[in-house]
Amino acid sequence: MLNYAIKRIGLALLILCVVMLGMFSMVFLIPGDPASLALGPRATPELKELLRERMGLDQPVIIQIWNFFRNAATGDLGYDVWSRRPVFDQIAEMFPRTLILGGVALGGAFILGTALGCAAVVWRDTVIDRLLGVLSVSLISIPSFVVAIYLLLIFAVWLKWLPAIGAGEAGNFGSQVKAIILPAIALGIGWVGYLARLVRAAMLEVMESGHIRTARAFGLPESRIVARYALRIAIVPTITILAVGFGSILSGAVFVESVFSRPGIGTLITGAVAKRNYPVVMGTVLFMTAFYLLVVTLADLLIARLNPRVRDVLRS
Amino acid sequence: MSSAVDGHGGARGIAPVLRALLRDPMGAMGLLLVLVFVAMALFAPLVAPADPLAINVVNKFQSPSLSHWAGTDQLGRDLLSRIIWGARVALGIAVTTVVVAGAVGLILGLVAGYGPRWLDAILVLLFDAMSSLPMIMFALAVITVVGPGTDTLILVVVLVSIPGYARLIRAQTLSLRDSDFIQAERAMGASSGRIILLHLLPNVVGPLVVLLSMDIPVIIMLEAGLSYLNLGVRPPAPSWGNILYDGYTSLRSAPSMVIVAGVPLVLATLGFTFLGEGLRDALDPRLQLRVPR
Amino acid sequence: MTALLEIEDLSLRYHVAGGTLLALRHVSLTARAGEVLGIMGESGCGKSSLAAASIALLARNAEVTGGVVRYRGHDILRMSAEEQRQLRGRHIAMIFQDPMTAFNPVLRIGEQLVDFQHHLAGLSRSDRRARALAQLQRVGIADADLCLRRYPHELSGGMRQRAAIAAALLMSPDVLVADEPTTALDVTMEAQIIHLLRELQADYQGAVIVVTHHLGVIAELCDRVAVMYAGEVVEEGPVDDIYHAPQHPYTRALLACDPAAIHDLVHRLPTIGGQLPDLMAPPVGCSFAPRCPLVEPRCRSEAPPRVHLGPDRMALCHAVSV
Repeated sequence: MLNYAIKRIGLALLILCVVMLGMFSMVFLIPGDPASLALGPRATPELKELLRERMGLDQPVIIQIWNFFRNAATGDLGYDVWSRRPVFDQIAEMFPRTLILGGVALGGAFILGTALGCAAVVWRDTVIDRLLGVLSVSLISIPSFVVAIYLLLIFAVWLKWLPAIGAGEAGNFGSQVKAIILPAIALGIGWVGYLARLVRAAMLEVMESGHIRTARAFGLPESRIVARYALRIAIVPTITILAVGFGSILSGAVFVESVFSRPGIGTLITGAVAKRNYPVVMGTVLFMTAFYLLVVTLADLLIARLNPRVRDVLRS
Repeated sequence: MSSAVDGHGGARGIAPVLRALLRDPMGAMGLLLVLVFVAMALFAPLVAPADPLAINVVNKFQSPSLSHWAGTDQLGRDLLSRIIWGARVALGIAVTTVVVAGAVGLILGLVAGYGPRWLDAILVLLFDAMSSLPMIMFALAVITVVGPGTDTLILVVVLVSIPGYARLIRAQTLSLRDSDFIQAERAMGASSGRIILLHLLPNVVGPLVVLLSMDIPVIIMLEAGLSYLNLGVRPPAPSWGNILYDGYTSLRSAPSMVIVAGVPLVLATLGFTFLGEGLRDALDPRLQLRVPR
Repeated sequence: MTALLEIEDLSLRYHVAGGTLLALRHVSLTARAGEVLGIMGESGCGKSSLAAASIALLARNAEVTGGVVRYRGHDILRMSAEEQRQLRGRHIAMIFQDPMTAFNPVLRIGEQLVDFQHHLAGLSRSDRRARALAQLQRVGIADADLCLRRYPHELSGGMRQRAAIAAALLMSPDVLVADEPTTALDVTMEAQIIHLLRELQADYQGAVIVVTHHLGVIAELCDRVAVMYAGEVVEEGPVDDIYHAPQHPYTRALLACDPAAIHDLVHRLPTIGGQLPDLMAPPVGCSFAPRCPLVEPRCRSEAPPRVHLGPDRMALCHAVSV
């Protein structure tokens, strides 16, 4: 187990380094340089030179790379070109909000999706099953920001049940809860469909398998069969998907936060892109990548713990 | 192995696949929707009732009426025409992306699967790295660097899609590489190039085509999303994304605009997804679902 | 000898896409205490369905259209699901064909063997573990304690099958059904398992049913054998009798095809020409008629009678006479 853990973590770190290198080198693809870009076409040469120096762009490339890696390791992701605030501070401020939104969305989707998936298994091959199937596919297909806009229109503008903007007032838990409902639904709804299908497929496959038959042949009660034998196996693919899904949910947050004007990583990065504020963009991307790798690696290790056969085979 | 796209390359024929597809109500509906949108895209100049760029501020925010079936936007432009031309943009970008990314992915995948181990290791690392970047984030990073616009959009979407295709092709190639008939070819002295072109290529293309067609709705969504953020297709050119944005900003003044703008996007993605699922079921139900983005 | 499991006139069909498949037709068998009954036949003859019926573990799309399966006089197919569950594992146990898929891959062998003793409510986990350990040792697993702590995929095929046998014997069931116990094993392991089963059977008081297509296994293990073809029992009797003097043309053909029976040099191995009848629409007369060397006109129009050639001997054929 330890061996496998070391291999997985090592791989994740390697990937992170590659991504960092890639992101950093994109700076050199800019026609001109980041300084000119940030200051716009009317900047004077002296101003550009000053900014260039501040951004460390006058140093040799290798030194820049080294500085970059060294800084990143200590949490220094550079400075916002405009406000001079450390990028990391901005991320640290915004990330928890997006995390909460993502967590609520995925959690809700998981509960609802699993319930629907089990319902489809219990009533398999009936009209209900087929309807759920169509519903699932439809939910997966609709873009989250379209759902967000429609939800906004119906529930916030027409019915006025829930707020249209913001994350609620600080200290007022009730208003925060109200504010998170619509965005969470918009974010999570695609996943409800996907998880429902996944759970259904996994459970069906397991229930038909030989060892479930054995358990029945030995007269084990159905409840124990489902809980101990079937679910333990069926849950494994779900965990991987959830881990991967977390990364994708956080991406979807970019749009949903924009629609609902919620402060978070999404609004941070879209604002920075509009202003060509590359350090913020790069810092955010790296942070999110690191987070995503962390989640996926943890999920892999958890699966290896649950399913002994995975440990013997390193993922290709 | 009961797959229509089997080990001898090529489908077992269009007709039986089509029939299987039409028997499934979802697949049939998907096909219908897709055909409608393809027609819209191809014949936009003929079908659109008005010039999508024609500004007429006096007529702004009109609800759907006889003269403007879908109403007008905040600058008085006919929404129906903008939507029809938007279809052209959406499908054009999607098809271009899929073709280019598919071709590059095919080449990289074949190289990774059939080439030397060290090259494979490097490529796999690159693919993994690309997949670890949340897609939108990477897109945003590239857009920051290169500047927003339709060309950037295509570049971004292509780059983001390549690893997925390359991985699939690589997996297929790896599994076929040690199969008997390839070994036989090698034993007979066939060159690598010949093996790749004549024997590997036809066998790996099948699942790729299915994946490509299932990716089209994803790309449409991505393009719409980025355009909605004003980082994709630049106004005044119509894209479903920026029409939605216009609707969003005018939400209080003219809610109908947002409804109208969202419908084609939803229908198009539903249509392509249903078609993709239907095709997959008709060809080989064992191919995996893709993850929603 | 007491009859522990009686199958009387059992008919079973499956509902499949395209119609119904008649898997068993008027099958009657009796398994007695202290005796090993073999059920022999090729794939598709219905022996697996018979094995499933004997443990009341039928598939979802299976329907019993006639007959009974009685365990100690009780009709087990018509019992409630809960009553059937109480029977399984405790009174009637099964050894599955493929131990790899039979055991749960994510639980250790020990945990599963402990679970299988759930019927013994009063025992603690450590007691159950001790019983499992003893049983594993009895089936010849040298390091039983280590085996308990292993996962199924970490054991060799032979050890897994031994563990499966141990599992079945844990509760000292009255009836033991072995469904193709050696099919998934290679030749050396097969010999070992047969040897083990013979040893265990010497001490075993209950009835054993061995379902297989392997003539050698039947010869080594069984006292009596029932030959099945296309869902029917076509011949039944003591093993020695049947092997030396088979009466039914199918049995004769089967025995003739056994490579072990061929002593001279042959240029072609013998086969039975023709195909199995379509079980979705079985023929009116004898099922074996199209392939039978002794076929007469009445074979195709009349169902063959059950000819009793002795107290324990039966053949389902027009051409056989007492």
